[in-house]
Amino acid sequence: MKKTGAQILCESLVREGVEVIFGFPGGALLPLYDTFPQYPKIRHILVRHEQGAAHAADGYARATGRAGVCLATSGPGATNLVTGIANAYLDSSPMVAITGQVARPFIGKDAFQEIDITGITLPITKHNYLVLDANDIARVVKEAFYISQTGRPGPVLIDIPRDVFQQEATFAYPERLNLPGYKPTLFGHPAQIKKAAETINVAERPVIIAGRGVIISKAFAELKDLAEKAQIPVVTTLLGIGCFPETHVLSFGWLGMHGMAYANKAVYDSDVIIALGMRFDDRATGVVSSFAPQARVVHIDIDPAEIGKNVRVDVPIVGDVKNVLEALNQQIVPREHLDWFNQVDKWRDEHPALVIRESEACLPQYVIRQIYEITKGDAIVVTGVGQNQMWSAQFFFYDKPNSLISSGGLGTMGFEIPGAIGAKVGRPDDTVWCIAGDGGFQMTVQELATIVQENLAVKIAIINNGFLGMVRQWQQLFYGRRYVHTPLSGPDFVKIAEAYGVPALRVTDKKLVVSAIEKAMNHEGPFLIDFVVEPEENVFPIVPPGAALIEALEMPSPEKVARSSK
Amino acid sequence: MTTAKHTLVALVEDRPGVLNRVSSLLRRRNFNIDSIAVGHTEQSNLSRMTIVVEGDDAKVEQVRKQLDKVVDVVKIVDITSNESVARELALIKVKSTASTRNEIIQIVDIFRANIVDVSSDSLIVEVTGDEDKVNSLLDLFRGFGIREIARTGRIALTRGGAGPLQVEESKEVKAPKQQLKVPPSEAESPPDW
Repeated sequence: MKKTGAQILCESLVREGVEVIFGFPGGALLPLYDTFPQYPKIRHILVRHEQGAAHAADGYARATGRAGVCLATSGPGATNLVTGIANAYLDSSPMVAITGQVARPFIGKDAFQEIDITGITLPITKHNYLVLDANDIARVVKEAFYISQTGRPGPVLIDIPRDVFQQEATFAYPERLNLPGYKPTLFGHPAQIKKAAETINVAERPVIIAGRGVIISKAFAELKDLAEKAQIPVVTTLLGIGCFPETHVLSFGWLGMHGMAYANKAVYDSDVIIALGMRFDDRATGVVSSFAPQARVVHIDIDPAEIGKNVRVDVPIVGDVKNVLEALNQQIVPREHLDWFNQVDKWRDEHPALVIRESEACLPQYVIRQIYEITKGDAIVVTGVGQNQMWSAQFFFYDKPNSLISSGGLGTMGFEIPGAIGAKVGRPDDTVWCIAGDGGFQMTVQELATIVQENLAVKIAIINNGFLGMVRQWQQLFYGRRYVHTPLSGPDFVKIAEAYGVPALRVTDKKLVVSAIEKAMNHEGPFLIDFVVEPEENVFPIVPPGAALIEALEMPSPEKVARSSK
Repeated sequence: MTTAKHTLVALVEDRPGVLNRVSSLLRRRNFNIDSIAVGHTEQSNLSRMTIVVEGDDAKVEQVRKQLDKVVDVVKIVDITSNESVARELALIKVKSTASTRNEIIQIVDIFRANIVDVSSDSLIVEVTGDEDKVNSLLDLFRGFGIREIARTGRIALTRGGAGPLQVEESKEVKAPKQQLKVPPSEAESPPDW
């Protein structure tokens, strides 16, 4: 039976189990949108800017573990997806982005709304396709979802010209895939696993650094097994937060530029590092020459190119973390490292990162902590980028995976609102808190219309300090307090929210924080709180640029804080 | 680490844009390509790319692994340390006059090259050989004046029987889950990372 390219695309998406698409129509997509009513199984969510579609697909992917799908038209629609695709690429989120393209005779002629999106997204996609024949659509869709969701996940783009949507072809969904150049290694090599076990079994001061790979691989039980069997302290990366319950006795927070001082010290002093599904990003390692100088490094990752890229590795194991740990754990000898554990525990007491300083002012850290207390940690937190992001990671304890959703690799401001939309759509029964800075909020504020249109009960907290916070902090610490273009004016956020149809209130008094959060939680439907916070509050600890992890600057004493704010 | 020229050989799917994917990845990772030569292989859907890059061992290994991630790249091997036969072809248009022509012809004979075009004031010489041979011939011709040079860049095959780049008939896989049911045995040598 003959179907049009548009119908074949919809059929293929249904076969792949796609339940929702975040999209925005346009000329090149007219034939596709005309076909959507024939496929009521696919829910289409109309956004207000294609960047919102891409970030929502990303948030959906991180919340559910399945590929998020976004759709944009040719030309400017496609280019508006680029930031969101790059964001998904750097944080290994599975995503399939579909873009319309001008009709085939017009390609390459600088036609109206024509852009070489496959060329533009070459460096930021796992793979991409320009489909020139409707007979290829089914195979391409199948390959795209497979590539996007397996191995190290990532975005795949499919570019389809307008006339291909209209072209008639026979629909046959392929049973098999033929990808000779794509064969992820899933099982670690037994000889390497043996070597790793030997290294770990004789370690005196071991540390596990668990990253997002553990979450993607769903290796939570295996990680817990390893940690408990050999009593090894567990530290996570920012994106690994939640893979190991932060309330567990062996959990020692997260490392890196704004990580806990005791986590950084443990890594620095260790003699064996067990790196699971993490890539030694510069934010996590500090200056590489001083990273864990005494440690032998066991690195388990599904992407062979990450092993040895930034840090010298002694025992490399390419494979899926869950599979490798299953095999490795059997060879681990149960042991205790009491002296080491006590040392790291002592550091935790001496360098508490999570103490909120005494103040009458409405402190951002206090706001985050109250959101944690009132939700009892049972919420998905989607953050922006910058100070609000760091405080959200520091003052909220995450016991469950995929409960912190944050743009780590690309650090995209404006991810927060559409990311929260995607998370809520993916997990509608969970509470979703969107923590936004006043800067990032203004970047994708238009998606409030999407929230209202879909009636998504997203709770939004704006950490409003009137500054581009993190940049201001660097200007204060490293550029002689010269605040060049960082004071950020904004509209009355409460009025904006209400204009979009989201009930809102403003909090300026510390004593009213708790009741505001409770009001938001009790309200059925979306709610926004504009928290006007202490303007020049800083994120501590901070490892200055070019410094080692143990050279972090920690929270100055109250007297020092008082002097510097003059 | 000392930098040296490395020869990478890749088997890639013969699809439009593959060369672009490979070269843009090399550019992005800050690699300068000395030469790229691409051509068809014994299998209809695969092309073979021979890429010469300069860098230290660790950097080149990183680039090899990054190229391996490209879906269209089926296999890629650094054959620099293997025993191999490397050749390139060059066409050289060298100035010649009645008085210098004989000398040029002598040089051409010594190099076992060929003259493929003659005009009143120049000759086109075709030479095949390894890089050193081609460079030597060019050095000798400089004295006469070189008008144009066209070089193909290196192609290479490893010596001996089965090379590291033979690809079996591409196996189809059952979708959607592709899982190796049997982990590799301990007896197998560890793969490259």
